[in-house]
Amino acid sequence: MLYRTAGQFKTSYYADHALFPVRQDAMLLGFILLLAFVVFPMTADEFVFKALLVPVLIYALAALGLNILTGFAGQLSLGTGAFMGVGAYACYKLVSIFPEMNIVVAIALSGFFSAAVGVAFGLPSLRIKGFYLAIATLAAQFFLVWLFEKWAWLYNYNSSGAIQVPNIDMFGVTVAGPNASAVVQYYFVLCVVSLITLLSINITRGRIGRIWKSVRDMDIAAELVGINLMKAKLSAFAVSSYIVGIAGALFVFLWRGAAEPVLFDIPLSFRVLFIAIIGGLGSILGNYLGAILIVALPVVISALPSALGLPVSSATVEHLNTMIIGALIIAFLIIEPHGLARFWAIIREKLIMWPFPH
Amino acid sequence: MNIHVSPQPTDTADDGIAPGGVLMEVRNVSLSFGGVKAITDISFDVRKGEIRAIIGPNGAGKTSMLNVINGFYTPQQGTIVFRGRERRAMKPHHAVRQGIARTFQNVALFKGMSTLDNIMAGRSVLMRRKLFWQMLWHGPALAEEIAHRRVVEEIIDFLEIQHIRRVPVGKLPYGLQKRVELGRALAMEPSLLLLDEPMAGMNLEEKEDMSRFILDVNRQRGTTIALIEHDMGVVMDLSDRVVVLDYGKKIADGPPDEVKSNQQVIDAYLGVAH
Ligand SMILES: Nc1ncnc2c1ncn2[C@@H]1O[C@H](COP(=O)(O)OP(=O)(O)OP(=O)(O)O)[C@@H](O)[C@H]1O
Ligand SMILES: [Mg+2]
Repeated sequence: MLYRTAGQFKTSYYADHALFPVRQDAMLLGFILLLAFVVFPMTADEFVFKALLVPVLIYALAALGLNILTGFAGQLSLGTGAFMGVGAYACYKLVSIFPEMNIVVAIALSGFFSAAVGVAFGLPSLRIKGFYLAIATLAAQFFLVWLFEKWAWLYNYNSSGAIQVPNIDMFGVTVAGPNASAVVQYYFVLCVVSLITLLSINITRGRIGRIWKSVRDMDIAAELVGINLMKAKLSAFAVSSYIVGIAGALFVFLWRGAAEPVLFDIPLSFRVLFIAIIGGLGSILGNYLGAILIVALPVVISALPSALGLPVSSATVEHLNTMIIGALIIAFLIIEPHGLARFWAIIREKLIMWPFPH
Repeated sequence: MNIHVSPQPTDTADDGIAPGGVLMEVRNVSLSFGGVKAITDISFDVRKGEIRAIIGPNGAGKTSMLNVINGFYTPQQGTIVFRGRERRAMKPHHAVRQGIARTFQNVALFKGMSTLDNIMAGRSVLMRRKLFWQMLWHGPALAEEIAHRRVVEEIIDFLEIQHIRRVPVGKLPYGLQKRVELGRALAMEPSLLLLDEPMAGMNLEEKEDMSRFILDVNRQRGTTIALIEHDMGVVMDLSDRVVVLDYGKKIADGPPDEVKSNQQVIDAYLGVAH
């Protein structure tokens, strides 16, 4: 009876286009938002914010950006880490050059830099597909990280070669830098990520989302129903890289507090790609599920043995983590290519049927 | 079927061509792939409001001909005149904007998307709201979405595919996929509809349904149709005029009865195929 949809008739196309045609979905989301906006902030401590909540949100956002490109528009990218870097460095330069600028504005603007770079490196997608495109984005990855290292202007000629986030206030509250409190940063990230998620849902369920999915499913047929492939692909690169860039700016400004070029190297790209795959390509919800799994797993693995009284070194935790994630990826690719999001869809379906088996 | 005029029609709406006038003309088209001559110096026309069949044995060049008409292939020689405008090369998405829609011999649907989304995708060119409004969703984007949804629902009713509205098309049987593909082409509100073997692989009942849909589209909406079909019974029933290709050459052109009794056609096609 939990997910009873009987009696919920749609009387207009407006109702059918509602975000949650099924009432229980809306209630579930309300519950999650209540947790996120009220319960967690009241109960979590510094460690939980820094090690779980904030990174989950930021990784989910990065994966959402990648998912728009790969899961919705079907263009594989291995350069996510570098595009995050573009967002982070752009934000760093913006706050250095315009210290008075509101941090929200700076972050929003830095997305445009990563969008522009994303479109530039997306140009090959007009000619090449699949594996070859992935290689082209890999080239972008190497080139950009090299640039972050060599172009000293980007890190204000620091001798360390790293960028350090200064204390940044917004309306009298410190939101970034060493003095910022974890709960403030959490709220900041939560608001940005929620907003972008909502906008992404809107884009992907309308005309543009359909165009992207058409290109993904069969680009030739898409062209033959009048879709301009160039516009479709480049718009996917732009929107995707914008979101990824914002995630990169949050990554450094609201979480890490400092960054050096190597942070944006391939491992970060793969990490985000894994989240998108495990969560489910072509799903918005999946990015969150994937991020929860990937971020929480190492925390659990390191906490579990000590809770059980087993001494395990941090190096072993690292190895265990890598092995488990590797196994999970292979398992998902084989068993459920649509990821955790599909699992949820199946459970939901079952709940709607329950308690009647058919 | 009563289709609303879309809020922003393509430039197909008023072409100033009287029914029975020439809508599309193929002029001396030749196409080859390396050494293979797929089409050799073919000319024919399609009149507004008619159902024009293109027939011929396997490999005759029928599909290639449609590909030239909708801009997918560029012929080495010859031109296409569509609604008075002459051209040789064009991008397929421009052909759509001018009012040419088509279906494929091997269904070319968006497999991961539902029936509804596939047909809605056919209306992409008719929809205008850009990224900004799409992000907000409520307001103009939703109003546009719903206006087009109404038209699509009429097409769904017309093709009797209400029950598979939400099903991903990859899961549908072949016959239904062909129907969805016709729906997607109709959603584009074309003035010229190209159908490549719309009944291939169907059983008798499905063929009858499809024939009925094609006739209704032609009669009720006045859509001009050019159709490739192997089933001679269907061709004779549906078409106003038939052009026959063999080895890339045109060997006959005329009303079905006339073509049927043409000796060259019997030798080339009917005699061989049956
Ligand atoms: N892309 C291509 N590259 C090379 N040769 C091609 C190509 N497309 C078609 N051909 C050749 O052109 C000729 C005509 O092919 P086409 O597909 O137009 O025939 P058809 O009349 O549609 O045949 P069928 O009834 O089997 O569908 C054939 O010899 C075919 O092999
Ligand atoms: Mg063919």
